[in-house]
Amino acid sequence: MLLGSGPIVIGQAAEFDYSGTQACKVLREEGYEIVLVNSNPATIMTDPEFADATYVEPLLPGPVAQVIEKERPDALLPTLGGGTALNLARILHEDGTLERHGVELIGADYDAIARAEDRDLFRETMHGAGLRVPRSAIATTLAEAEAARDDIGLPVIVRPAFTLGGWGGGVATTPAQFREVVSRGLAASPIGQVLLDESVLGWGEFELEVMRDRNDNVVIVCSIENLDPMGVHTGDSVCVAPQQTLSDRQYQRLRDQAIAAIRAVGVETGGSNVQFAVNPATDEIVVIEMNPRVSRSSALASKATGFPIAKIAARLAVGYALEEIDNDITRRTPASFEPAIDYTVVKWPRFAFEKFPGIDPELTTHMKSVGEAMAIGRTFQQAFAKALRSRELDAPARLEGLGLDELLDRASTAGPDRFDIVLEALRRGADREDLHARTSIDPWFLRELAELAADPEAPFAGTRTYKAVDTCAAEFEAQTPYFYSSWERSGASEVRRGENPSVVILGAGPNRIGQGIEFDYCCVHAAMEVRASGREAVMVNCNPETVSTDYDTSDRLYFEPLTLEDVLGVLEVERPEGVIVTFGGQTPLKLAAALAEAGAPLLGTSVESIDLAEDRGRFSGLLAQLGLQAPPYATAHGIDEALARAPEVGFPLLVRPSYVLGGRAMEIVYDLDGLADYLFRHAAANGDGKAIFLDRFLENAIEVDVDALCDGERAYVGGVMQHVEEAGIHSGDSACVLPPHSLGEEMLAALHEQTRAIALGLGVVGLLNVQYAVHGDRLYVIEANPRASRTVPFVSKATGVPLAKLACRIMLGAKIDELDLPPESRPLGHVSVKEAVLPFDRFAGTDPLMGPEMRSTGEVMGVAPDFPAAFAKAQAAAGAQLPATGTVFITVTDTDKPAASTVAAQFHDLGFRVVATSGTAQAISRMGVPVTTLNKLGEGSPHVVDWIENGDVDMVINTPVGTGARVDGYEIRSAAVARGIPCITTLSGGIAAARAIAAARHGDPEVLSLQEIHARVDGVGAPA
Amino acid sequence: MSGYVLLEDGTRLDGDVCAARRPVTGEVVFNTAMSGYQEAVTDPSYAGQILIFTAPHVGNYGVSAEAMESDRVHARAAIMRAAVNQEDAPCAERGWLDWLEDCDVPAITGVDTRALVRHIRDRGAMRGGVFPDSVPEAEARALIDAEPPMAGRDLAREVTPGEAIVLEPLGAGPAPGVGPRIVAIDTGIKTSIVTNLRKRGAVVELHPCSATAEELLARDADAYFLANGPGDPAALDHIVGTVRELVGKRPVFGICLGHQLLCRAVGLETFKLPFGHRGSNHPVKDLTTGRIEITSQNHGFAVLGPDGARTMDTDDPVRWDTDFGAAELTHLNLYDRTVEGLTLLDVPGSTVQYHPEAGPGPHDALYLFDRFLEAIRAAA
Repeated sequence: MLLGSGPIVIGQAAEFDYSGTQACKVLREEGYEIVLVNSNPATIMTDPEFADATYVEPLLPGPVAQVIEKERPDALLPTLGGGTALNLARILHEDGTLERHGVELIGADYDAIARAEDRDLFRETMHGAGLRVPRSAIATTLAEAEAARDDIGLPVIVRPAFTLGGWGGGVATTPAQFREVVSRGLAASPIGQVLLDESVLGWGEFELEVMRDRNDNVVIVCSIENLDPMGVHTGDSVCVAPQQTLSDRQYQRLRDQAIAAIRAVGVETGGSNVQFAVNPATDEIVVIEMNPRVSRSSALASKATGFPIAKIAARLAVGYALEEIDNDITRRTPASFEPAIDYTVVKWPRFAFEKFPGIDPELTTHMKSVGEAMAIGRTFQQAFAKALRSRELDAPARLEGLGLDELLDRASTAGPDRFDIVLEALRRGADREDLHARTSIDPWFLRELAELAADPEAPFAGTRTYKAVDTCAAEFEAQTPYFYSSWERSGASEVRRGENPSVVILGAGPNRIGQGIEFDYCCVHAAMEVRASGREAVMVNCNPETVSTDYDTSDRLYFEPLTLEDVLGVLEVERPEGVIVTFGGQTPLKLAAALAEAGAPLLGTSVESIDLAEDRGRFSGLLAQLGLQAPPYATAHGIDEALARAPEVGFPLLVRPSYVLGGRAMEIVYDLDGLADYLFRHAAANGDGKAIFLDRFLENAIEVDVDALCDGERAYVGGVMQHVEEAGIHSGDSACVLPPHSLGEEMLAALHEQTRAIALGLGVVGLLNVQYAVHGDRLYVIEANPRASRTVPFVSKATGVPLAKLACRIMLGAKIDELDLPPESRPLGHVSVKEAVLPFDRFAGTDPLMGPEMRSTGEVMGVAPDFPAAFAKAQAAAGAQLPATGTVFITVTDTDKPAASTVAAQFHDLGFRVVATSGTAQAISRMGVPVTTLNKLGEGSPHVVDWIENGDVDMVINTPVGTGARVDGYEIRSAAVARGIPCITTLSGGIAAARAIAAARHGDPEVLSLQEIHARVDGVGAPA
Repeated sequence: MSGYVLLEDGTRLDGDVCAARRPVTGEVVFNTAMSGYQEAVTDPSYAGQILIFTAPHVGNYGVSAEAMESDRVHARAAIMRAAVNQEDAPCAERGWLDWLEDCDVPAITGVDTRALVRHIRDRGAMRGGVFPDSVPEAEARALIDAEPPMAGRDLAREVTPGEAIVLEPLGAGPAPGVGPRIVAIDTGIKTSIVTNLRKRGAVVELHPCSATAEELLARDADAYFLANGPGDPAALDHIVGTVRELVGKRPVFGICLGHQLLCRAVGLETFKLPFGHRGSNHPVKDLTTGRIEITSQNHGFAVLGPDGARTMDTDDPVRWDTDFGAAELTHLNLYDRTVEGLTLLDVPGSTVQYHPEAGPGPHDALYLFDRFLEAIRAAA
C-alpha cells in the first residue's frame, strides 16, 4: 500500500505525485500488487492504470483503515507521500491498525519516523551521533517557552512539531514577537509542541540528499545550496545545485555528518534529506533537520541530477541493495554511486502574494511559495537567468522608481523579489561588500549576480547547444535523453534525434494559483498517447515537481523555460511533426500565435479558433449566430469609458482586466461607486487604455462546467459538473458535483446541445471547456476555452473516460467515431464531488473568503453512492471534517436571511445548537427555529470571536458582505480558520454540509476503488 | 586573452587563457569531482598532465594552505568552463587564478569542457596543450608532437624528494619512538596520506624513489608504504626491483601507483586505461565486507586480473598466483569492474588502486589506514 500526499497545498505539492508515480511504476515492474490511497484526483498516480486498486479517499485514519481492512495489504510504504503519508503511518501504527491487519511498515520504521520528526528525540539522536544542533528547547506552554528563551537568547526560531513545511512557525526577535509566534506555533502543532532554536540567521544553508540501503551503503545524491542564507524557508529560497561555495574539506564534513545522521535516525532503506547551517567564517556546522522520506528537495535533486530518488527508494524498500539497481541513465553502471554533474541548476520559488492582499510578503521560516521553476545551464549565470524567465511572473518587479538606498534597504529583508532587487542594485553599482553585509549572501553569488546584472545577455553569447543530463559528467555515454540548452563558443547538440516522427508537448511551467498540477496531468497523458501512437513524445517544461519532467514520461525531455525563444530552440533541433500547446494551461497557449507564425505545426484546435473563443467580440458574435445567450457585457478602454458603459450592462457587474489567469483582480461590484472604487484600486492594471471587461453578474445563478471533446465534425460531452457554490465564486475554488444533482433533464439536454454547437462553431479539434450559468430556467454561456481545463482529470476519474488521452488521439488525426466512446449520459451509479483546498491557514492576515478571484492551491475528490456522502468525503479530504454534532454559528447578509432559516432548521433537526448574531438570529427565530443570539464584535465580550476562540463553535456559516472591508465577517472567518473549524461562506454550501452530516449518521460510506467504480459503470471497463 | 586547447588529433576548442600565459603541453585528462580543485592540481600524480575540470565553476572558494597535497602545483595546466579568482571567499587565503599565476601555471577558461571530455572519453586520453592565440596552430602542433606519450613514461623521478624526510606522529599519538615506523618510497606522495598515517601514531619516513632495497631494509621499518605518483608503472622497473626485495619482510601497503608497483613486483601486469579514473564518485566494493564505498580516484593505469582479464565478471574474491604465493581480489570498481585492490595471502601486503586518504573526495575508505596499522601491530 502506498499513500499519496493529498491535495496540493503550500509545502506539499506535485513532487509527491512524481515520487508516488515512480514508486507505483517500479513496484508493479517488480510484480507487486499496489493499493493506492490519495484524495487528489489531479494526480497521475491516481490514474487507474498505475495501481491495482486506487482509492480516491480522504487521507485520514478512518478511511485508510477501511481500505486496509478491505484490501489486506502486506506492507505499507509511507515515505513517498510527504509528511501527510508519514504522519498517517505513525497514527495507524499507534492505533494498532497496522498490527491488527498484519501490515508491515517498510521504507522507514516507526522509531525512525519518531527520531526524525519529534524534535526532542531528534536532538538526542544527533547528540548521540556526535553532531551539533542549534541550542534549543522544547515547550508545550508559553510559560515553558519564556523560561527557555533566557538560555537560548533572541532571536529565536520557533517550529511547531509535526506540521507541513514549517507551517505555524516563525522567527522572533523581540519578547512580544516571541509570545505571538510561540502561541501560534502551539496551536498549529497537532501535538501542541514547539521547538525553540538558537538562531543561525545569516549562516549558509545546505541540504544533502542521502540514500541508504539494507547493507548500510550510503550515497549522497546531490548537494543543494540556498542563495538565501538561513532564515528563509528552504522551499522559499532560491537554490543552486550542486553546492558552490564550500571547499572540498567543508563539503566532505557535511557528507560525513549527513551519513552519520541517516544512520543514527535509523532510516534503513530509502532517501532522506539532511539540512545544515554552516558558518562560513568559523566553519561551524549545525544540523537543522532531517526528513526520513522523499521530500520536495528529493524531487529537485532527482531532476537536477537524473538520479531517480523515488524509484530507487521504492526498490530499496522492497529489499534491493543499491548495487543491484541499474542507473537508468547510463544503463551500465549501478545506482550505488554519487552523481557527478557538469552543469549548474537553479531553482526559483514561485509566489502568489498578489492573490492575498494584506499579508506580509516577508520570507521567513514559514513557507509561502506556491510552486517552483528550475533551470539548468552550463554556468550559474545561464541557469539563474533561465530560472528568472521560467518564473513567468504576471508582472515584473517594479523597481524603477526606487533609489539605490531604498533598494539596499529592501534587499536587507528577504521578500519574493529580493533577487530582482539585488540585481537592480548591482546594476546601479551597489557595493558588493555592502550587499553582503546586508543580506549575508555569499560573495561568490554576489559576484556572479553582479556580472549578470552588468550584462544580462553575456551568458547567452555564442551558440545554443543541447547537452545531456547524464549523472556522470560525460564519463560514460548516456542512454536516457534528458537535455538542457547551453551556450558555448561553438559546438554541436548532443541530441540524437533519430528518424521517428516526434510530437512536442509544451508543459505548464511552475505551479501557481490558477495553473496547477491538472495541466501537468494532461501533458503527461498527451505524452503517453503520443508514444502509444508510435511517435516519439518530446516534453518541454521547467517545473521540477512534476511527472512531466520525469525523463521516463517522454522519449526526450528538454528542461527549458517556456518562452517563445526557448521553445523555438527546441523545435529547431526536434523538427517535430506536431506541437501541442493546448494541454499546459495559459503558459503554452500564450505562445500559440507566435509559434504558428514561426511555422510550428500546432496540433488540434487552430490559433484562429483559439482567438475566436478568446476575443470577446468575436465570441459573442458566434454565440448570437448560434442563437445562444450570454450575460450582457461591455469592453471598456480606460476608467472613464468603463464608468460610462457600466449602466448599459447593468449591475451587479463582474469586472476584470482583459488579461487574467485564475480570475486575477476580478471582482463583483454592485453600483457605480463600487466600480469606481475597483477601478481606482486596480488603476495599474486598467490604466493606459487597456481593455477592461464588464459582465453582468447573474446573482444566485447555478454555475455549470462542461468538458467536451470535438474532432471538428462531431462533439462528445465528457462530463457536466454543477457547482455547489452559486455563480460568483471562481470555478477553481468552487466545489462541484458530477453528475449534476439538481438540474432537470431539459436543462441537461440544453447543456449538451449548446456545448456541441459551440464546439463545432469554434472548430475545436481536441478539448473544450464551457462554463455556463443557469439562472432560473435560462441558460447563459459564460465562456468557452478550447483547451485542457482544470477539471479534465476529475471528469476522467469520475467517469472512467480518459479525456486528455482521447483529445490527444483526436489531435493526432483520429475521429470521435473511431474512439469507441461510451454513451454520453449513461448512469454512473455514483456521485463525485470535487472540492477546492484554500491556503488561508498559511496566510495570517488575509480574508478567508472566496470570490471571483481564484485562491485555491489544490483539490480533492470524494466519491460515494450519493451527493451528501460524496460531499462529506470531499470536505473531510480537504481538511474541513464536518462535525457530527455540536454548535453551528450562522451569520449571513440581509439578502441571504430568508434562506438562512432553512439551513438553521436543517442543523436544528440534526441536533445542533444554532447560534447567530442578532439580525440572522431574528430571521431564524421568526421561522420557529430555536437560536441563541451572540454579541457582534462591537457589542462587547463574550462576542462571537470569543466563542470561536474558546472552542465553543464547531462550524461557521458566514456569507460575506462586499470585499476588502474589515468587517466582522473577516474576524469571524479568520478565527475559524485559525482554530481549524469548517467555515462555509455560501448558503448552498451550508445546505450541502447539513445533508452530508445527516448522511454520515448512517455510518461510514463504503470505500470503493476507481477500478471497481469504473467497472460498475455500464458498458465501460477501466480506461486504457 | 583568447587562447585554445589543441589535442594531438587536431581537435581544437577555444577559450580565454588565464593565470600564466605561456604555451604548455601534456597528457590531457579529465576529473569529474565537483570540489577540491586545489587538492587536485597539487597532487603529484598529475605531473605531466593537463587537467580538465568537468565541474563548470572552479575557484569559487579560493585557495588555502590547508588544501595543499604537496608543496607545489604538479598539473601542467587547468582547463575550465568558468574559472574565477574569488579572493574574497570567506576562507580564501589567495584567489585561485592569482595563485596559479604565482605558481607559473597556465590555465584556460570559457572552454566547452563537456565537448572536450566527450571527445576524450570516446577517443581516449591523448596529448595536447593550452596555447594563447599568439601561438600559431602549426607551432602548437609541433610542441604537442614533441611531448612524449604517457605510456612508458617515468615521471616519479621528477616528483620524488632529493633526500629522505622523517615525520613524527601528529596529535595525541603515542610517545616518540613508540608508534610504528613506516618507510615509504616517495613517488609523489600526497600530504593526506602522510597525515592519515601520522594521525594514527606512525613515524613516516619518505625516501627518494632511487633508494635501494639495502638502504630501505637498513631503516629497520615496521612496515613499508608504496605511494601514489605519476606516470606509467611499467616504466618504473628500477622501483619494482626495489619493492620485490621488500615484499615478505614486513607488511606492505600501496596506494594507486604504489598498488601498481607492488603488483608488478609480485609478477602481475598493468595496462593503460582508455581515459583513466579521475573523480570523487566511483563506487568500489570491498569484497571482504560486501560494503560499497564512494572513492576518490586518480589513475590512468590499472592492474590486470587473473588470466590477464581487464575486468572481473564476478563479485567473488578471485585469486592470482604470484611470485609470492596467492593474491586475492579485495576491491572491485563497480563502474567498469576493474581491479581496485588486492591482498597477498602468503606474505603481509595489500594495496588499493584508489585514494582512501581522500583529499579531495569522500572519507568512506579511511578504514584502510586502520587496517594497515592493525596489520603492522599483528606482524610486530
